[in-house]
Amino acid sequence: MSDRVTVSKTYKLFVGGAFPRSESGRTYPVSDSRGRFLANAAQASRKDLREAVVAARGAFGKWSGATAYNRGQVLYRVAELLEGRREQFAAEVAAGEGAPSRRAQSIVDAAIDRWVWYAGWTDKLATVLGAANPVAGPYFSFSVPEPTGVVGVLAPPDSSLLGLVSVLAPVLAVGATAVVVASEDRPLPAITLAEVLATSDVPGGVVNLLTGHTAELAPWLAAHADVNALDLAGAPVEQRAELERAAAGTVTRVLRVGRGEPDWTTGPDIGRLRALVETKTVWHPMGV
Amino acid sequence: MSATTTHEFSDATRDESSLRRFLHGLPGVDAVGLEQRSAGLATRSIKKSSKRWAIDTAISMVDLTTLEGADTPGKVRSLCAKARHPAPATPRVAAVCVYPDMVATAAQEVAGTGVEVASVATAFPSGRSSLRIKIADTEYAVEAGATEIDMVIDRGAFLAGRYGQVFDEIRTIKAACGDTHLKVILETGELATYDNVRRASWLALLAGGDFIKTSTGKVSPAATLPVTNLMLQAVRDWHAATGQHRGVKPAGGIRTTKDAIRHLVAVHEVAGPDWLTPKLFRFGASSLLNDLLMQRQTQLSGHYSGPDYVTVD
Repeated sequence: MSDRVTVSKTYKLFVGGAFPRSESGRTYPVSDSRGRFLANAAQASRKDLREAVVAARGAFGKWSGATAYNRGQVLYRVAELLEGRREQFAAEVAAGEGAPSRRAQSIVDAAIDRWVWYAGWTDKLATVLGAANPVAGPYFSFSVPEPTGVVGVLAPPDSSLLGLVSVLAPVLAVGATAVVVASEDRPLPAITLAEVLATSDVPGGVVNLLTGHTAELAPWLAAHADVNALDLAGAPVEQRAELERAAAGTVTRVLRVGRGEPDWTTGPDIGRLRALVETKTVWHPMGV
Repeated sequence: MSATTTHEFSDATRDESSLRRFLHGLPGVDAVGLEQRSAGLATRSIKKSSKRWAIDTAISMVDLTTLEGADTPGKVRSLCAKARHPAPATPRVAAVCVYPDMVATAAQEVAGTGVEVASVATAFPSGRSSLRIKIADTEYAVEAGATEIDMVIDRGAFLAGRYGQVFDEIRTIKAACGDTHLKVILETGELATYDNVRRASWLALLAGGDFIKTSTGKVSPAATLPVTNLMLQAVRDWHAATGQHRGVKPAGGIRTTKDAIRHLVAVHEVAGPDWLTPKLFRFGASSLLNDLLMQRQTQLSGHYSGPDYVTVD
């Protein structure tokens, strides 16, 4: 007989490279797919969200200024660390999504592969999305993609790991910084991912991850004037129109999504990467 | 004795030893109690219309400051433009604060707007020069059009216990200022103890400083809430004893609206509502103004603002 008392984890937010509790002190219970209690997660408030945006803005200069090659290396290392936590992720995905363990394992593998896929794009993006433009004049004109800035991400509600990776990795790959609102009902893999990011070489503040009620946080994220793009992947359907209006009020780019949650296991394309960059075109006089 | 020293304290300033006796006779500061009181006041929640009032009041109290070796006339002019008109429908700031050689530029830019021109002087920021040079520095700024002088005290002399020298220096500079407002920078970050801050505050008040100011902004820690509280106590007690109002200016390290509002709460609670005016309380700051403007936008628009919506300094 073992009379050891298990040490259970306190799930917290991930803001600016640290793991604070919500300033509101609130938590909410997280259950597994069959309704059994799993853990208490921090319930972020709008002030936590504000702090997260400040952290993301602060981290933007360094992350966007890093060379594409360096970003690729940093992201690849994250994949290495994810690999070391396969079992933990699989257990969390299995509990949260109700997937049998073999399927949970394959979801985790797909998520790691997805991360590597995006890591590979960092130094190829400028070639694919940029151009040397043929112009009728004595100029050398070229276009380069630049990261749009701070990206608000409402993570998919159902696919708690693969879906999250599919929306977060492209933000990092282009050199933008992220404020992520994790899946409300299945936030635990997201927090584990935050622990991975905290021990990787991704600078603090590049990814900020909040857990809590999506419907409460989303309007503040959409209307925040310092958020440059908003991924609606996990936005409640009935709230989407309102969020788009709020985003338009502060000139925030919006990534729309279809009605249901997409099948994240199908191969990605560069649509998300393309949506998160702005094209800068330079006209350089050539002399004669 | 100077005209500003009242009869009540004329004994204290008769000579060096009586000055020392007076300053060392001041009650000691209960450091734990002071910090606890400051932390307690900092928990006050100021929301909605009170917050909007506090933000506008704080804006009107800002001494918009640029004290860099890299200051140029162009930079000072843009600072003055921001001081005159921080944002639509906001109050103007109290003053711009520049080095003496930039005073003429600043004075020209803010003429007739009610924005004061403050200039640091007396071998700012270290205060390490001869009295002759300090007087010349002050006169240079006043002649160029400064309406307020921010002088530094000689911390070396103060810490060595030469209170009489510091006292005479402040009085001499006050005389050189004429009608120009004099703020005395104590540089509390270098004074080591709260007792010293209290003594330096009283020393500056006795010598005729119109304002006592925490810091130059070049030394860390700069303005902290406990130190500001202590200085507010000094001006409150001075007012109780003499009936004269003297001001306080925390400077350096106040960057957020939250910090500024905490200071305003302290002003109200420690000194009293009389001090909630730019005539008696100022913030020496540069980046604070942008945060105040962003918070103001947030209050008015209902959504969070960002640095893209305020000027880059």
